[in-house]
Amino acid sequence: MASSLTTPTASSGGKIASLEDYFSVVGPSEVEEIHALANRLAGRSVKMVNSTAVGGGVAEILNRLVPLLSDVGLSCEWSVITGGNDFFEVTKAFHNALHGAPYDAPSQAFELFLSYNEQNLRHQSFDADFVVIHDPQPVGLIKARKSSPPHWVWRCHIDVSNPNSLVWNFLMQFVPRYDAVLISSPNFTRPLPIPQYLFFPCIDPLSQKNQELEADFIRKTLEQFSIDPKRPILTQVSRFDRLKDPVGVIQAYKLARKYKDCQLVLAGGGAADDPEGGQVLSEARAAAGDDPDIHILELPPWSALEINALQRASTIIIQKSLREGFGLTVTEALWKKKPVVASAVGGIPEWLTDGVNGHLAPGDPPTVPGLAEAILRALRDPAHHQMLRRGAIETARGIDGEQHIRVLLDVLRRAADLPAR
Amino acid sequence: MRVARAPFQFFAAATLIRITGQRAHTLTDLLENIRNCTDASVFNHTFQSLQQHHFLTEGFSNDFAQWALAACNEPRLAERLASLDIRHYAYLAALRTDLVNTLETYLLDVPDAAQRKAFEPFYFCEAVTVAVPTPWQAKTLAEFCEGLHHVSIHTVHYHFVAARLREPLTVNDFSFWFEESLGLKDLGDRIDLIDIYTNTLEGVRQHILEEATPWLAA
Repeated sequence: MASSLTTPTASSGGKIASLEDYFSVVGPSEVEEIHALANRLAGRSVKMVNSTAVGGGVAEILNRLVPLLSDVGLSCEWSVITGGNDFFEVTKAFHNALHGAPYDAPSQAFELFLSYNEQNLRHQSFDADFVVIHDPQPVGLIKARKSSPPHWVWRCHIDVSNPNSLVWNFLMQFVPRYDAVLISSPNFTRPLPIPQYLFFPCIDPLSQKNQELEADFIRKTLEQFSIDPKRPILTQVSRFDRLKDPVGVIQAYKLARKYKDCQLVLAGGGAADDPEGGQVLSEARAAAGDDPDIHILELPPWSALEINALQRASTIIIQKSLREGFGLTVTEALWKKKPVVASAVGGIPEWLTDGVNGHLAPGDPPTVPGLAEAILRALRDPAHHQMLRRGAIETARGIDGEQHIRVLLDVLRRAADLPAR
Repeated sequence: MRVARAPFQFFAAATLIRITGQRAHTLTDLLENIRNCTDASVFNHTFQSLQQHHFLTEGFSNDFAQWALAACNEPRLAERLASLDIRHYAYLAALRTDLVNTLETYLLDVPDAAQRKAFEPFYFCEAVTVAVPTPWQAKTLAEFCEGLHHVSIHTVHYHFVAARLREPLTVNDFSFWFEESLGLKDLGDRIDLIDIYTNTLEGVRQHILEEATPWLAA
């Protein structure tokens, strides 16, 4: 059983990222201004901690954010907590429960959670000036906090607007000990004695998942997966996770398909901290049956270019989440100028405006007919689809990673100004 | 070429949004919360939201008006709230008073709307801005244009929109510098007329550069 934190290597497809790389996306002025904003924090150290180095949005964000913070003069380190399958089964159950799923948590689950957090505590030092803990899995590491700086921030990437009270009350022994909480949507706020700040995650425009691609590569990717480029393609890119509802996507596609010829692509992989993926994938395959127009693609973590190509080849991108922290795939799609059809949950409506850059299925909880209807609205005629594309292009102008760094620097500066606790 | 009495310093600005926990489910809630929220909240939902609407110019840039329209389906109220022009306010207290008066008047006219539940709540947030000097300074109009051409839209918002609530009140930083340091009052007045509602911030930048170009020889 592994029991200590590990340090992943943050990279950008083999090359360490530098802010100057972003001149072509945001212009030199943004880069200069970020350097100016970072000046007061130069030389300070930051430690980021999460629960997986590969798979899911958090790992993707840290993979690029860590080298960029180093590039502006901070000493930034990224650590991943480790644990056995039993730990990740518990944290996955916690994750679902915090999203509102029913959960009769046995007392052993809480003991196991605490035990693994203790083990990780013993094998790591927390003497950086700032410690940023991502999500609930490592939240108990706050016990390492001393009475003087460092400053601690909890970044909660999930929707805790309606959490299972048993799990949330358990976490409340830790959360108020942080200096601040960062969340992705105002409706995720909880009654807490510490400040809560809005912090949108972002995509990296230069990563393999979002960079521009040659048309030939896109064509070959479709060929590789036997997808017809001449017919409408609906794509959902997500981990095979019940909260992403891949079976619901298939059912909605089957409803929509009665009225509009189209194909469906479900592309995703697993994450090291998600033990449910295999089961959900099997359920999706069973729901798809032998429909040759449903393409379920289980892709390895190094498939960023293929995912990029699939998104760029798509007519619309789907995100039928039942609960969602933010929905980075929506942002990725808009960056690629693709209209999106998605459930109106979590942070998705922050970027997706119904009738402007896609359609929202407003059901609460989201429904299959609601998504099917939204798909048909997006595909109803070429002029309407083109209008949604223009909306996506407008939105894409506001999407880039620099705002993320600006706000994070502001959070750290604000934390640095706090008195010792 | 005219040299300024004092250089213009361009600032980089970053804004953090703090979620206050105050929320409104009805127009009555909204009214109560506008009465009681902090100045930083009023600023965020009026001045700061103008920057957030820079990329997608759909809807109203004033968050209160947008919520009245989209979540409460009250277009007449939305229009009245949106018509409060932030350029006319030197103090947030005055803007808050007019927001409250607008809501009170509307709810007297349309009492059925007061307790009707909105489609989604309104969350009150505060904007907290930090500004630091950039390497860009201007001692002449030409240097100013070069700097303005170069800086980000966050900087344009900081100097052209948010500046109206800093001393000297109701005027943007650019117009104030043109008048006070370069002696170009007419140029300052023309720039102050650029419409921040119908232009994106990128459009504001282009208009300022166009207005300034004929004065470069002055």
